Amino acid sequence: MSQSLLKAEHVKISFGNVHALRDVSLEILPGEIHCLAGENGCGKSTIIKIISGVYQRDGGTIEFDGKKLEKISPIDAINMGIQVIYQDFALFPNLTVAENLALNTELASRKKTVSWKNVRKIAEEAVAKINFDVDLDEKVEKLSVAQKQMVAISRALMSNARLIIMDEPTTALTKKEVNSLFKIILKLKEQGIAILFISHKLNEVFEISDRFTIFRNGEMVATGSTKDLDDKKFTYYMTGREFNDQIFVPENMSEKPVFELKNLTLEGAFEAINFSLRRGEILGITGLLDSGRTELALSMFGLKPADSGEILKEGTPIKITNPRDAIEHKIGYVPEDRLSEGLFLTQSIGDNIIISEIDKLKKKNGQFDLKKRDEEIKRWVAELEIKTKNPDNPATTLSGGNQQRIVLAKWLACNLDVLILNGPTVGVDIGSKHDIHMVLQKLAKQGLGVIIISDDLPEVIQNCNRVLVIKNGKIRSEYDTQKVSEQMIIDDMM
Amino acid sequence: MKKKVKKIFQSNEPYIFLIIIILGIVVQIRSGQFFTGNNIVDLLSAMIVPGLFAIAEFMALISGGIDVSFPALASLSAYATTKILLDKGYEGNVFLAFLIAVLIGALLGAINGYFIGYLNLNAMIVTLGTSSIFQGFMQGTLRANQLSVIPQGMKKFGTDSFITATNKVNGLSSVLPYTFLILIIVCALMFFVLRYTIFGRGIYAIGGNALSAHTAGFNVKRTKFIMYIIIGMIASIGGICRVCMMQQCHPTNMLGMEMNIIAGVVLGGVALTGGAGTLTGCMLGTFLIILVQNSMILLGIPTTWSDVFVGLVIVIGVSLTALQSSRTSRSKKKAVKEGA
Amino acid sequence: MNKAKSIYRKNPEVSRLLIIMLLWLIFMMFTQAEKFFTGRNFLTMAGQFPEYGLMALGGMLCMITGGIDLAVVGTANMASILSVYTMIHFFGEDGTMPMAFSVVIFLIAVLTGVVVGSINAFLISKLGVPPILATLGVNEFLTGLCIVVTNGSAVSSFPKQYCDFFSGNFLGFIPRRLIVFIVVAIIIWLMLEKSTYGTKLRLYGTNAHVAKFSGINTTALLFRTYITSSICAALGGLMMLATYSSARADYGSNYTMQAILLIVLGGVSPNGGKGKISGVITAIVLLKMIESGINRFRSVSTYYVTLIWGAVLILALVIDYFSQKPKKTK
Repeated sequence: MSQSLLKAEHVKISFGNVHALRDVSLEILPGEIHCLAGENGCGKSTIIKIISGVYQRDGGTIEFDGKKLEKISPIDAINMGIQVIYQDFALFPNLTVAENLALNTELASRKKTVSWKNVRKIAEEAVAKINFDVDLDEKVEKLSVAQKQMVAISRALMSNARLIIMDEPTTALTKKEVNSLFKIILKLKEQGIAILFISHKLNEVFEISDRFTIFRNGEMVATGSTKDLDDKKFTYYMTGREFNDQIFVPENMSEKPVFELKNLTLEGAFEAINFSLRRGEILGITGLLDSGRTELALSMFGLKPADSGEILKEGTPIKITNPRDAIEHKIGYVPEDRLSEGLFLTQSIGDNIIISEIDKLKKKNGQFDLKKRDEEIKRWVAELEIKTKNPDNPATTLSGGNQQRIVLAKWLACNLDVLILNGPTVGVDIGSKHDIHMVLQKLAKQGLGVIIISDDLPEVIQNCNRVLVIKNGKIRSEYDTQKVSEQMIIDDMM
Repeated sequence: MKKKVKKIFQSNEPYIFLIIIILGIVVQIRSGQFFTGNNIVDLLSAMIVPGLFAIAEFMALISGGIDVSFPALASLSAYATTKILLDKGYEGNVFLAFLIAVLIGALLGAINGYFIGYLNLNAMIVTLGTSSIFQGFMQGTLRANQLSVIPQGMKKFGTDSFITATNKVNGLSSVLPYTFLILIIVCALMFFVLRYTIFGRGIYAIGGNALSAHTAGFNVKRTKFIMYIIIGMIASIGGICRVCMMQQCHPTNMLGMEMNIIAGVVLGGVALTGGAGTLTGCMLGTFLIILVQNSMILLGIPTTWSDVFVGLVIVIGVSLTALQSSRTSRSKKKAVKEGA
Repeated sequence: MNKAKSIYRKNPEVSRLLIIMLLWLIFMMFTQAEKFFTGRNFLTMAGQFPEYGLMALGGMLCMITGGIDLAVVGTANMASILSVYTMIHFFGEDGTMPMAFSVVIFLIAVLTGVVVGSINAFLISKLGVPPILATLGVNEFLTGLCIVVTNGSAVSSFPKQYCDFFSGNFLGFIPRRLIVFIVVAIIIWLMLEKSTYGTKLRLYGTNAHVAKFSGINTTALLFRTYITSSICAALGGLMMLATYSSARADYGSNYTMQAILLIVLGGVSPNGGKGKISGVITAIVLLKMIESGINRFRSVSTYYVTLIWGAVLILALVIDYFSQKPKKTK
């Protein structure tokens, strides 16, 4: 029997009346890549914070390297060799790479002054460990997401880490960047460092991990070797539900296209994009993160107007230079980053729903028709089954899936013809993801033209009837989703 | 090397420096008086008090906060110090004045620091409130009036000449008092603190990302607390310098300076959002405003126009900064694209 | 008890201020009842606060967007100086002005507001200048212009009919300035609570980026907001003109801070997205009562007013801090 590196058993914690963790166990072996999965709110982040000493557990035992630990402080955790790389990397955007790397060491040395020579030396050593090539004098805010992550990893490695915890490290990375991240993870493994990899992306779990643990509602539901895991089991463990995903088959497609692009070009982003969309269709657009797919979405919605080319609505050319034009022509956009682009988090659920149609909620004398407002809110909360007791509560009170429904409701309330969704289920639980897919399919069948921009290929294949692959700003290929495999699309994307 | 040059021109400092030079040349052409010893000395001596205040404000802005209370704070501590020394009939040198003022400044700064650091309240509102309190305390409790006589030591310190420059053309001579040394010392000291101490880097770190600073092991609350104490101390030094140089203590004539100081610091490239900016930029921005205010006469423009021009400089300056930052973020995106 | 708690919870900003006000009134009752609790005293107070009260009402809108308007005082003085020069131009320094001409005076104020507000909004929405700096620069510029036209001194020789009228009372006891204030307050209340503007404003203040993505015309919104604020400030300037019976470039120079203090005290978050007119009006009345109350004490310097204002502001923040704390740890 191999000695485990970290062994947490029957850990409990509650905040007020909320039992965040009821009874979870987690065992990590030395030098293994362990994947921790679970839906939002299952307690993934809570256990990380307990292990790294941010929270104190209410019960249960934790052993590290065979030693029982009573109380863990953040400093203890670091000294034992536990390093956490959070999603936001906890870097200082205004400081240089070198200083970001050296600051912790400098702080730990309890010196009062900074030696810049020393800072540089520490930084050089740190990046050398993973052969990370970067300008040490560059400010971190000027780096790409992947580079920032490398800085965070380099920093974590400096303190003789034995366990590195990565909290959803692949969220904002391109495929290429994910691959190089995985290479580094494997290299760390060779050096005997254990990795706890948090993810809810199925394919990543299979690709990288040796063993897995799945949490649900603050309890551990499964743990074991990744070899023994498959799609169906994974989903079931995560959600406790079984889904019969429906393949989308368009019904009632319109004869004529509702929305067309002709030679749409935006310099430095995409060029000569042509496609047409009919009512009742769900069109997928996929490509790498830097393929120009997001810029295309922004152009169609008027946030980054195209330089040349035409946009046609029901066969007539229209001008879209700002979002209001788009809404005027009944085109809606669900942005990529729900939290920073889609929602007024601290404002009420109701206001979030009606904001885009607000100008239609006026009485004849120009007054705000509050009765109509409340009716609309009630209608959409019911229609999209948004789980809330009171729509006056702020949007922060909802889960990710329900928040995404608010964004959908906002647009549906505008009575659209075309809905463009950019990464509609990023960061959404499997359960909610399924529900959102069903909503989209239903809407298409009712005659809405839908465009889904996503690099989640199973999502695209399952929910779209056609898919366009974009590479370097140009349409590379177009497929009928019934006749395409994931691999064919990936080959075109790369 | 090219990269380094490019990096330099991404910041505000070289542009401000260029504008200062151009303005200087324009004034020189119009009046022939700009690059004369006494004009330079006049400008430097006008820079002393605003310069000290700017250093104080600079720190607050870097940490992601703001301080609008420093004029009231400086007025109160300078007034109280002068009054105490007068009442005691103190005849010694100026060090005691600075010592008392710095102590009072530290105390008042600690009030700001407690609310902003330990209670984590909004810096703008807290300092707005304490500004009112300091002013009320000075005028209400201390019943402050103009003190037209100040202690001998302070008087001497304010008039003794560090450098005297005489203009050969018109025979006017200007005196740069020793208070200028104080500005240099404080500036050098704060440069060192901000660049070479963990505390100083902590201020930058907090301005960049307060949460990360906390997880990295900085004591965010204490750092902010101490920083506001230092701000109070520097502001009080500025207050005493002002009293010494004016040869009298007027309790209210520093009030209202805060906005121009903030504008100068921001013109120098210090971000209101915290974390970004250099002490050089801060001093250059402040100097630009002083320059505009002081060059009116030389340009033959009535001094009544001074506010109009300062206002214009602020509006145009911040507009250009805003335009430039939106342009660099755009070109940066393009560069990423090209690289990919 | 529980009922009281729920009322407090529903509108903590206003309730908090009302509690402070109640304590103050009780204190005044025990100390200065006969001087403070007179109809005349209350009417005097009501005639005094509209000047900066108006500035606070307009500034509140800017702060809900997450911005700030530091140009209020410059705007106010500009409006009053322009009005005075218009009067002199048409009727001479010691002529008589027909009352109907007041309409023109108000038009001048509105026009000043539109121009200044547009400049502010242009800098902020089109050029992306931080509001604090844009309005600060504009304020300096306006004050400068005022100094240039007046040569820095007070202008007091002009037809005084306007001033006499607006420093007087309606029906013999209601200050006419109060009526102007009430009218403006009602208009702003309608804008905030009864039109879609209010919702858009709060949502914009929460997240300007999302507002753009949601199809709100953010440029128009900012123009409307800063123009309204400048018009309010200009009207405040007219009220100042009535009080002082003269115009000068640096009248009311501490009203900027006073207005911001009132807005924040009224529960408007400087980060934007939150604010009610009821809070700001309560704050205006409360501070006026404190000021007036202190002035009843002969032995106490009037400068204590400033001290107490600052203390009240910080007190309100601290109360807020401690009343929210237990919620967070849950």
